[in-house]
Amino acid sequence: MADIPELDIDRVAHLARIALTPEEKTAYAAQLGDVLKHIEQLKQVDVSDVEPTAHAFAVENVWADDEAEPGLLVEDALRNAPAQRQNMIVVPKVVE
Amino acid sequence: MSTDLTFSTLAALADQLTASEVTSVELTQAAIDRTMAIDAQVQAFNSINPEDALVQAAASDARRAAGEACGPLDGIPVTLKDVIAVRNQPLTASSKMLANFVSPYDATVTSKLKDAGAVLWGRANLDEFAMGSSTENSAFKTTRNPYDLERVPGGSSGGSAAALAAGEAIATLGSDTGGSIRQPAAFCNVVGLKPTYGLVSRYGLAAFASSLDQIGPFTRTVEDAAIMLGVIAGHDRRDSTSFKTEISDYRAALQTKQGPWKLGIPKEYFGKGLDPEVAAAVEQAIAFYRNQGCEIREVSLPHTEYCLSVYYIIATAEASSNLARYDGIRYTHRAADAKDIVDLYFKSRAEGFGPEVKRRIILGTYVLSSGYYDAYYLRAQKVRTLIRQDFLKAYGEVDAILTPTSPTPAFRAGEKATNPLSMYLSDIYTIGANLAGLPGISIPGGFSTSGLPIGLQLIGQPYAEADLLAIAHSYDSAHDWASRRPQL
Repeated sequence: MADIPELDIDRVAHLARIALTPEEKTAYAAQLGDVLKHIEQLKQVDVSDVEPTAHAFAVENVWADDEAEPGLLVEDALRNAPAQRQNMIVVPKVVE
Repeated sequence: MSTDLTFSTLAALADQLTASEVTSVELTQAAIDRTMAIDAQVQAFNSINPEDALVQAAASDARRAAGEACGPLDGIPVTLKDVIAVRNQPLTASSKMLANFVSPYDATVTSKLKDAGAVLWGRANLDEFAMGSSTENSAFKTTRNPYDLERVPGGSSGGSAAALAAGEAIATLGSDTGGSIRQPAAFCNVVGLKPTYGLVSRYGLAAFASSLDQIGPFTRTVEDAAIMLGVIAGHDRRDSTSFKTEISDYRAALQTKQGPWKLGIPKEYFGKGLDPEVAAAVEQAIAFYRNQGCEIREVSLPHTEYCLSVYYIIATAEASSNLARYDGIRYTHRAADAKDIVDLYFKSRAEGFGPEVKRRIILGTYVLSSGYYDAYYLRAQKVRTLIRQDFLKAYGEVDAILTPTSPTPAFRAGEKATNPLSMYLSDIYTIGANLAGLPGISIPGGFSTSGLPIGLQLIGQPYAEADLLAIAHSYDSAHDWASRRPQL
């Protein structure tokens, strides 16, 4: 198919919140270009009047009763935090 | 004699434990000894804790002595893919992002294994966040194929497959998003089962692509897979996609369901790229089933050629969303020198994720991004509908579908590492079952002339695992491919 879209690697990496090196940008743009070329084949398929499938089987919302149950202890919930103080996760300043 | 123990089937060992011919401590020690002897070569494990395993084994022996043994799994060493949570054990997903993570809770499958008395033994290596087909994408080590150490064990559950094949565990668990249980099972001469979507709870499984992921067992025989599935299957209110259904006695079904069955051979699965020795193994299986009185019919799955494209759109889209949680804030790797919180996201994710994970997040972000969503993601979801309809139409004619598991036997380490598309093609026969939510099993189907295992895949109807396992057992119990051990 003609009209293979250009993947704007800077824009997409920004959306994905991943800092890429120039080498990574070059390599991924080329590799993903190959994948996108392959994916272009889907344009051949007639999907008019076809409903999309998000899950193979119908998924419905599941409601739980609003009842308190034992949960994680604070020390368990915070044990993997990169930095913590007084039962809270420490993060860089968000608002000046 | 200890390796004879660790190469035994789960079913045989359960009988030996019941008859007091062996203890769980002896069996667990044998698995530990075997692992210590050979895992430097195979590299199946990310971490092990022999002391903890022996404490579990001693507890099992004490239960048995008190007449309180829980069933066939009590005292059996079972290894979990390092992406399934076990309270107070590491869960790395083979990623630097979670290198120091310790699970604060048990996955539902973990709770079920503990309730059944299994000895949880070690954490098996995988492609980072289960993204890959060779286990070369692990941030920590490259697992080797026990049948040829120069070759890959498959992936992403390569550690789970290799640990079992090398006699380091009696059964293992993996997860399968596009073939990550079945393809490594085929490469390593073991049985690998991906259940119907929703049959096994995903609670406590580090998510890759939530509409495709399923946890399932690796075992030496189909009978062992039936035992494992009976333990881990079942509705779980903690997984909103978990299916409410009666769980059959899968092991009993192997005897009660005797066929003959109607098996479909999808013509689209036998085209270019299929290794002639793999094709010959499938032909041999077709001949076996025909001799058993089964009716073999050619069926058509006309949208097969689009499976890979649909999969790489949907799986990466879901992954880009799921992996947004790894942000450097709450429980992951955090970059040291970030100048503000947004910079922290960028740097932590740059440092924490490996190349394949970055590639897939980038692709998934792209197909979901404004201006491209309809052209890629929505279109892929529509083609997914057509793929699913192909299978359901075929099941109007046949009970199950027989195919190769992977187009080739295990490939060499490094062979496909620089070409993602060629790597993706090794999952071409397994992806359809994930997109359609169907159960699939890979069973040992022979060896290539160079001694590499070949897998056969059977794809069944939704929630018809009892039938699928019975069909697979009919072949598996009549062949002894699984008894050919690696030269290690």
